Amino acid sequence: MANTIDPLLRRFSGIILRILKKTFWMFLVLIGITLISFFVIHLAPGSPSDMETTLNPFAGETARRQLEALYGLDRPLYAQYLDWVVRLLYFDFGNSMSADARPVLTKIAERLPLTIGINVASLFLVLILAIPLGIITACKQNSLLDRVVTILVFLGFAMPSFWFALLLMLFFGIEHQWFPVSGLTSLNFQELGFWEKCVDIIRHLTLPLIVYTVGGLAGMSRYMRACMLEVLRQDYILTARSKGLSQITVILRHALRNALLPVITLLGLSIPGLIGGSVIIESIFALPGLGQLFYTAVMARDYTTIMGNLVLGAVLTLVGNLLADICYGFADPRIRSTRGCD
Amino acid sequence: MNATALGCFANRYVMLMLGLAIVLFMSLVALCAPLLAPYSPATLHLEHILEPPSSQFWLGTDRLGRDVFSRMLYGGRVSLWVGFVAVGISVSIGTVLGLMSGYFQRWVDEVIMRAVDIMLCFPSFFLILAVIAFLEPDMTNIMIVIGLTSWMGVARLVRADTLTLREREFVAAARLVGVRSGHILFRHILPNALAPVLITATLGVAGAILVESSLSFLGLGVQPPTASWGNMLMEGKAVIEIAPWLSVYPGLAILFTVLGYNLLGESLRDILDPRLKQ
Repeated sequence: MANTIDPLLRRFSGIILRILKKTFWMFLVLIGITLISFFVIHLAPGSPSDMETTLNPFAGETARRQLEALYGLDRPLYAQYLDWVVRLLYFDFGNSMSADARPVLTKIAERLPLTIGINVASLFLVLILAIPLGIITACKQNSLLDRVVTILVFLGFAMPSFWFALLLMLFFGIEHQWFPVSGLTSLNFQELGFWEKCVDIIRHLTLPLIVYTVGGLAGMSRYMRACMLEVLRQDYILTARSKGLSQITVILRHALRNALLPVITLLGLSIPGLIGGSVIIESIFALPGLGQLFYTAVMARDYTTIMGNLVLGAVLTLVGNLLADICYGFADPRIRSTRGCD
Repeated sequence: MNATALGCFANRYVMLMLGLAIVLFMSLVALCAPLLAPYSPATLHLEHILEPPSSQFWLGTDRLGRDVFSRMLYGGRVSLWVGFVAVGISVSIGTVLGLMSGYFQRWVDEVIMRAVDIMLCFPSFFLILAVIAFLEPDMTNIMIVIGLTSWMGVARLVRADTLTLREREFVAAARLVGVRSGHILFRHILPNALAPVLITATLGVAGAILVESSLSFLGLGVQPPTASWGNMLMEGKAVIEIAPWLSVYPGLAILFTVLGYNLLGESLRDILDPRLKQ
C-alpha cells in the first residue's frame, strides 16, 4: 500500500513545488509589466485632463491644475506609482479618469463576461475543429485534403481579421440580411421574451464568433498537424503498430495524447493575442466588451482604466500560462517525475 | 529518393518561387507606384464620387472621388516601408540581445531572457495601441513601436544558436589568439546564425504589415490623407452599404502581400533550417 501512495505523493509534491515557483516568478513578471506600462503611459505626451481643459475654450490653467490635483497627477511619478501599486494589492484599481469617474473595477466587470464568453466559445470551436483536422491531415500527409487544408491555412494566416469581418458583414449582413452586423441586442430587445432574447443575442454574436474562430483555426490546425507528425515518427508508435493494434487505436490512444501536449501550451500563449484581437473585432461589430472599453480609455487618456486593462490582460496571460503548465504536468508523466523537482 | 520525397522537394520549391514572385511583384509595384498609377492618389474627382469599378476608374472611387486603384498602389509603399523598418528594428535588437545572452551567459543571459519572458506576457497589441494613441499616430512612431514589441522571437532563436556555436572550435581558436568578444560575436558567430534571423525577418514583415493595417483600420495608424490599406478599409467601412468595393480590394492587397511573405518565410525555413520545422 505504502509503495503505491508514496510515488503518487512525490509526483504531486513535485507539481505543487513547480506551481509555487511559477507563482513567485509570475509575481515578478507582473511587477515588471506594471512598471513598464505605468511609466510608458504616464511619460507619454497628453493627459487625462486634456478632454476637459485644453479642448474646452472655457477652461483655463487654474481648472487644469485643479483637475490634475484631483487625479493626483501633480505628484512625482514614483509616488503615483507606489500609491497605485499599494492600492492594487487591495484590488482597488482606482476611479476612472473620464467624466463618469466610476471605479475602474466596476467598468471592467461589466464588460468582462462578454469578451471572455466570446473568446472561450471560439477557443472551444477552434479546438473541436482543429484537432480532428490536424489528425486527418497528419495521417494523410500530402493527400489532396492535406494540400487543400494547407492552402486554406496559408490564406487564413494572411487574412486580416478585420477584413474578414467586413466581408462577412457584406455577405451575411447586407447582401442577404441573415445576421445583424452591429451591437449585442436589437432595438426592441426589452419587449422580447426570455428565449427570444437569447436568440437575439446569439444572432448578434454569430458573425463575431465566426471571425474569432476562423482567426484561430488556421494556426491551431497547422500546429496540431505538426505535433501529430512529430509523434507519429516516434518509436513507441512503431511499437504499437507492430503489436498489431488497429490504426484508430494507435492514433487515438497512443499518438493523440502526446500530440495534444504542445497544443495545451499554445492555448496558454495565445491569450495575449486574443485580448488584443478583441479590440479590433469589438470595434467593428460595436460590441460592448473589454476591447471597446480599452479603445475609448486610450482615446480619452484615461490612465486608470488603461492600466486596469493592461494589468488584467497580463494577469489573464500569466494565469493562462500557469494553467497550461499544470495541465501539461498532469498529462505528461515525464514532466511530473523529472522536471517537476528541479 | 522516392516519389513522395520528390513531391515534398518540388512542393517546397514551388512555395519558395511563389512567395518570391509575390514579394518581388508587390515590391516592384510599390516602387513604381508613381509610374503605374493612372491618377494622383490625392486628386479629387468630385463629379465621380463613390463610383463602382469601371474602365475609367478600375477599382472605383471613394467618397471624395479619389481613384481607389491609385491609392492602393501608394498604400503598398506605406505597408512595405513600415514592414521593413519595423522588422529592421526588431531584428537588430533581437540579434544583439540574443548574441549577448548566448555568449556571455550567467547574469547577462538571465536578465535578457527574463526580459523576453516579460515582453511575451504583455498583451502587446494593447500596449502598441496605447503608446501610438499617446504619441500621435504617425508612420515613424508605428514602425518604432512595432519594432520594440516584436524582437523576442529573434532573441530566443539567436541565443539558442549562439549557445551551441560558442562551444565550437573556431570560436575557441579565435578566443585563443585574442580576438575581442565583440569581434567574435559579429564576425564569427553571427554569420553562422543568420538562417533563423533571415527566416524570422521574412515572417516578421508579414506580421508587421498586419499590425500596421489593423492600427490604421482603427484610425490609430497612418493618418489620412496618406493612403494605407488599413485606413482605406476604415473609410470603406463607413459606406459599406452603398460602396462595398471600397471594403474589398485593399483587403485583398493585404492578403496577397502577407501571403507572399509567409510563403517565402515558411519555405526558407524548410530549406535552410530543418531543425526549426515545427
